[in-house]
Amino acid sequence: MSGKGLRIVVLIKQVPDIEKVRFDVETGRIDRSSAPAETNPFDLHALEAAVQLKEKLGGSITVISMGPRQAESSLRDALARGADRAILLTDKRLAGADTIATSRALAAAIRKLGGFDLILCGEKTVDGDTGQVGPEVAEVLDIPHVAYVCEIREVTDDKITVVSDMGDKYLYEVKLPALLTVTRELNTPRLPTLRDVLKARKKQIEIWDADALAQYEDPDRFGIKGSKTIVMKVVIPGVEHRKGIIFRGEDAAEKLLEVLKEGGFVKP
Amino acid sequence: MTSGILVYAETSDSRIHPVSFELLGKAREIAEKLGLEVWSVIIGFDVKDRAKELIYYGADKVYVYDSEHLKDFNVLTYKDILVDLVKEIDPEIFLIGATPLGRSLAPRVAAALDTGLTADCTDLRVDEEGNLIQIRPAFTGNILAHIKTTSKPIMSTIRYKVMPMPKRDESRKGEIVIKNPPEKIDTRIKSLGRISKRTVNIADAEVIVSGGRGLKNKEDLKMLEELAKLLGGVLGVSRPLVDEGWIAKEHQVGFSGNTVKPKLYIACGISGSPQHLAGMRDSQIIVAINIDPSAPIFRHADYGVVGDLYEVVPKLISMIKRIKGVSGS
Ligand SMILES: Cc1cc2nc3c(=O)[nH]c(=O)nc-3n(C[C@H](O)[C@H](O)[C@H](O)COP(=O)(O)OP(=O)(O)OC[C@H]3O[C@@H](n4cnc5c(N)ncnc54)[C@H](O)[C@@H]3O)c2cc1C
Ligand SMILES: Nc1ncnc2c1ncn2[C@@H]1O[C@H](COP(=O)(O)O)[C@@H](O)[C@H]1O
Repeated sequence: MSGKGLRIVVLIKQVPDIEKVRFDVETGRIDRSSAPAETNPFDLHALEAAVQLKEKLGGSITVISMGPRQAESSLRDALARGADRAILLTDKRLAGADTIATSRALAAAIRKLGGFDLILCGEKTVDGDTGQVGPEVAEVLDIPHVAYVCEIREVTDDKITVVSDMGDKYLYEVKLPALLTVTRELNTPRLPTLRDVLKARKKQIEIWDADALAQYEDPDRFGIKGSKTIVMKVVIPGVEHRKGIIFRGEDAAEKLLEVLKEGGFVKP
Repeated sequence: MTSGILVYAETSDSRIHPVSFELLGKAREIAEKLGLEVWSVIIGFDVKDRAKELIYYGADKVYVYDSEHLKDFNVLTYKDILVDLVKEIDPEIFLIGATPLGRSLAPRVAAALDTGLTADCTDLRVDEEGNLIQIRPAFTGNILAHIKTTSKPIMSTIRYKVMPMPKRDESRKGEIVIKNPPEKIDTRIKSLGRISKRTVNIADAEVIVSGGRGLKNKEDLKMLEELAKLLGGVLGVSRPLVDEGWIAKEHQVGFSGNTVKPKLYIACGISGSPQHLAGMRDSQIIVAINIDPSAPIFRHADYGVVGDLYEVVPKLISMIKRIKGVSGS
């Protein structure tokens, strides 16, 4: 930690509201435009953790997102929730990135910031759903990481102590700078007040393109060009072939019992 | 020299995680198709003797890193070992279990090797041209993506319990290669040990009876637990019950909880949100008990009871008790 408190970076992604997004079973198309966009729910826990740490220790919070221009609204919301600075990485050359190409762009942006002590990510996104970007950013930056952090115990000048939920729970002490991916159990994100929202409206969101990152990473390693995995096709499982036998009325429980007996689940 | 498919054998307390054996089975199948060998790597303390188990389950060669200072998982040290090994033996494919440990470790290894990594796969296939196709759910389980990797090694993490467990064959022969463990561990991360052990392992259960917001009180979970016990199973829940503080997260089924694949899943008072379905849609038999005939869960159920769980469940319990000859009903 420098004299200015903890310099925190939070990585947030804008995702479609999964409850509303439509999937075309026939063509395998995902109609992202069918659903309103929101900040990846897990990332709000990362941001809340940052705000709590800043309240306790002082410092600054920078949020970074890579995505299309409309992701500005998620960054604006992050400013209302307590971030000091917001940066959007947006460029055609960044689009179509898999996790490794995404991580290289995010890591380049973090390098460009100058110094940092702690990077916070969500445990995974609801669309990509890989949980890979956090650990990959840490590797590109050559800093330690802990995944599935459900509790932050202590932060000192050069160390952070956290609990990682890997089924069993483990305690880790990690040297700063470090990256954490956090679970929902870590905290309950607060809603911004109206005043916060109004104040955030006046703040500037910085827009960086691939050229802005070129000093820190070869732009050929961004976007589709830098990706090593290709989605060949997408299959949308129709409703599975389930029997769909419905029991109603007085003797429904009896009928269900018959099913359980036939399946060998009820043994005398 | 024949190249190979490398399988990471995950250990805790010197025991091998069963997902590693499942991966060896799948690796064997793909290796036959592509003319490759199956290799495995095991890292930990007191794991030397376990290496032959990996051969019994399908490995041709096992690389062993055994040392007291490798006892606790250190993502940086483990990563360094794996990166060096991959550079030395140059496998075509590298498979890691999609456990919390695997999902923390694999991306670091992939980034260090600058290769593609496909997360949380549920199937692997070989297409007509001999390409490995990795199949994985995305969009909270709403889609299945078929993914090809253009770099080497092709890396994927694979979910537990989606591949069949291969037969253990003690007559299988293979080579065990003892490697020199690194002299020091990376001190930027210090493991201060396990602070709590999970009490239920819902991912391994064969029968799960789950409750959702259709339950009115915390105490009513006891009723579902009783039904679960009578069926030889364990209690599961939807997320809101964990959020309410009614029960530990270990019991939560779904996108931000556990993925389960029991023989029988009974959902009581659960609507069937995409996030819940993501964790249980691959169960063998799905039963839903719900008062609302239009609840989405019925579209994913083999058997549904449209009715009040407070009537159906107690009735089931007493009938099963009668069959089992349990008194007190
Ligand atoms: C990022 C994210 C991750 C999430 N992860 C998970 C997850 O891992 N697991 C999970 O479960 N959810 C998860 N959720 C939450 C999910 O979206 C749903 O809110 C949740 O699954 C709903 O739980 P439920 O079905 O119990 O409740 P509800 O949707 O409220 O359904 C209750 C059901 O009970 C029925 N009912 C009511 N009374 C009775 C009665 N007397 N008898 C019979 N039936 C009755 C009702 O008809 C209704 O269908 C996640 C959400 C987000 C945004
Ligand atoms: N495009 C992105 N911009 C900023 N952060 C991201 C982006 N993609 C992923 N992340 C971060 O990485 C975490 C894991 O994402 P994923 O690997 O896609 O599941 C997210 O919760 C975010 O914190």
